[in-house]
Amino acid sequence: MPLLEVENLVVEFPTRRGTLTAVNDISLHIDEGEVLGVVGESGAGKSMTGAAIIGLLEPPGRVAGGKILLEGERIDNLPYEKMRRIRGKKIGAIFQDPLTSLNPLYSVGRQLVETIQTHTDMTPTQARERAIDLLREVGIPAPERRIDQYPHQFSGGMRQRVVIALALCVNPRLIIADEPTTALDVSIQAQIIALLKRLCREHGTAVMLVTHDMGVIAETADRVAVMYAGRIAEIGPVREVIKNAKHPYTHGLMGSIPSIGHDNERLEQIPGAMPRLTDIPQGCAFNPRCPHTFDKCRTVRPDLLPVEDSWTACWLYDGEDGRTIEASKKLVAETKADALLEKNDG
Amino acid sequence: MVSFLIRRVVQAILVMLAVAFLSFSMFNYAGDPVNNMVGQEASREDRAELRERLGLNDPFPVQFARFVGNAIQGNFGISYQLQRPVADLIAERMPATLELVLVSAILALSTGIPLGVYCGIARHSWLSRFFLTISLVGVSLPTFVIGIFLIYIFAVTLGVLPSFGRGGVVELGWWKTSFLTADGWRSLIMPAITLSLFQTTLIMRLVRAEMLEVMRTDYIKFARARGLSNRAINFGHALKNTLVPVITIAGLNIGALIAFSIITETVFQWPGMGLLFIQAVSFADVPIMSGYLVLVALVFVTINLIVDLLYYAVDPRLKVDRGTSAGRIA
Repeated sequence: MPLLEVENLVVEFPTRRGTLTAVNDISLHIDEGEVLGVVGESGAGKSMTGAAIIGLLEPPGRVAGGKILLEGERIDNLPYEKMRRIRGKKIGAIFQDPLTSLNPLYSVGRQLVETIQTHTDMTPTQARERAIDLLREVGIPAPERRIDQYPHQFSGGMRQRVVIALALCVNPRLIIADEPTTALDVSIQAQIIALLKRLCREHGTAVMLVTHDMGVIAETADRVAVMYAGRIAEIGPVREVIKNAKHPYTHGLMGSIPSIGHDNERLEQIPGAMPRLTDIPQGCAFNPRCPHTFDKCRTVRPDLLPVEDSWTACWLYDGEDGRTIEASKKLVAETKADALLEKNDG
Repeated sequence: MVSFLIRRVVQAILVMLAVAFLSFSMFNYAGDPVNNMVGQEASREDRAELRERLGLNDPFPVQFARFVGNAIQGNFGISYQLQRPVADLIAERMPATLELVLVSAILALSTGIPLGVYCGIARHSWLSRFFLTISLVGVSLPTFVIGIFLIYIFAVTLGVLPSFGRGGVVELGWWKTSFLTADGWRSLIMPAITLSLFQTTLIMRLVRAEMLEVMRTDYIKFARARGLSNRAINFGHALKNTLVPVITIAGLNIGALIAFSIITETVFQWPGMGLLFIQAVSFADVPIMSGYLVLVALVFVTINLIVDLLYYAVDPRLKVDRGTSAGRIA
């Protein structure tokens, strides 16, 4: 049984001008100790999925359909107080900005002790011992002294280490890491990712790593889900998705990563922008930007289809009209930026 | 910290000197002090002699220095109208005002903060909308209207509370208190409510606005993600972060309560400093006016100093030396 199962999740935002669907019918699972990367552009619904899992959607956002199961039990319909006891204890969270995630008016020790005591029966002395151990574990030097300091006395990277300690302090089974390194310097990013990876492996904690950084995903994730306009475009083992991208969007995303010393061709880009939630096109949401669009794409929304070792929501792989997987893959792989740009001009 | 304190005290002294200068000027510009002191039949020579004796012919800086020197010793001269030392008059009236202000401030804080927190957390509930609407009345109605309204209901119509005065007072040395008798408390209720209503609503609206702001921050979201209880989040994490602006406003308002108790004291004939001041104004009793002015300024300056020190108690970011903390952030 997977640790976490998300089935047909729908997240909606009722607004005055109608209901927006931020997450539209997605299903995924995370196994014990596994790292699932979730990538996509801003507004693709990746953070919303994370927030829905941990039960912290900002009102008026709400789970409008589907199920979320943790260790086989539904957690999407729990009363607030029951869900609160799961948060921190079974599911931890790390947010984007370590500079603002800690309360500036309390020492880091107090914030750690408070979290530990919320979820365990430890005495204040035991909790403090545990807090010092945690700070040492996340690589903060002289934790006995640093524990009584305030967040502003820590650098950004150190603060994110404290945040990680806070998320891990009662050994949750799953951590939702929402862009944990976006706000940090590049040199610090690698350290934090390595730390997160090591700690989760040691504790057997599964991670849902939400990011738009393909590099981080490639380094860290076991499997990866590519999201586009509230839906999963492609999901599968990280090697398969990166090396052998099947969805034209995934392919475009890979092409737009700059790499040093590769070749001197211009960086590929995907023409256009992701549609706003108010006007998601009919059929496949990616069809106006896709170089391979045909009639079916404009009318029927594709569901995830198993293609080789991963799942892809693209009609190129439905096997109809004589399309073969091999031919479609070749078609997608050979599309160059120029072709994409040409199409954009037309 | 120490240099900060010294800087603030020097600022406070400068403010006090400026106020002293203003109140000193009143003697020269609000009528001729000699005319106010002698009768109509006094001769020109008598007047000149008095002028000389009072030091009014001395150069201006000398006169001002003398005024400041006397003021520091609490000597503001003798009231023209009551013929008694101003310091004694004010000391006599001060307990009444301070007790009224104390009760009003406690009332304002103890109702304003919880209501503000509630309205900030349950912002869409009908109860918090109701409080918010009521608070508009408190913010917009003038104090004397509220006072007269209360007198009309509770003193005139229902006849349950006295409409004026302090009621029974007990003397503790020179301090006359109305805290020790039931009658004193009954007399205190209406003036205290009248005086505090504006402050209560102001504090409530301020706390609400700050709570709304704080509840949106990342650290509150992260506190929720850590599974902390609502109580810990609302009162431990959120409320404390709203305190800095609340302390500022509450501090200023305690000063304002003392200064503006004039209206409430007039409506309820409360024998405090405000009433003394209003009576002094109608008789152009300059010594009382200037003494009151200096005293109120002193209260404001002292409260501001305390507020600045409270910031340090609340916000650890101010405690460390600025240089080191900036260095660590960079």
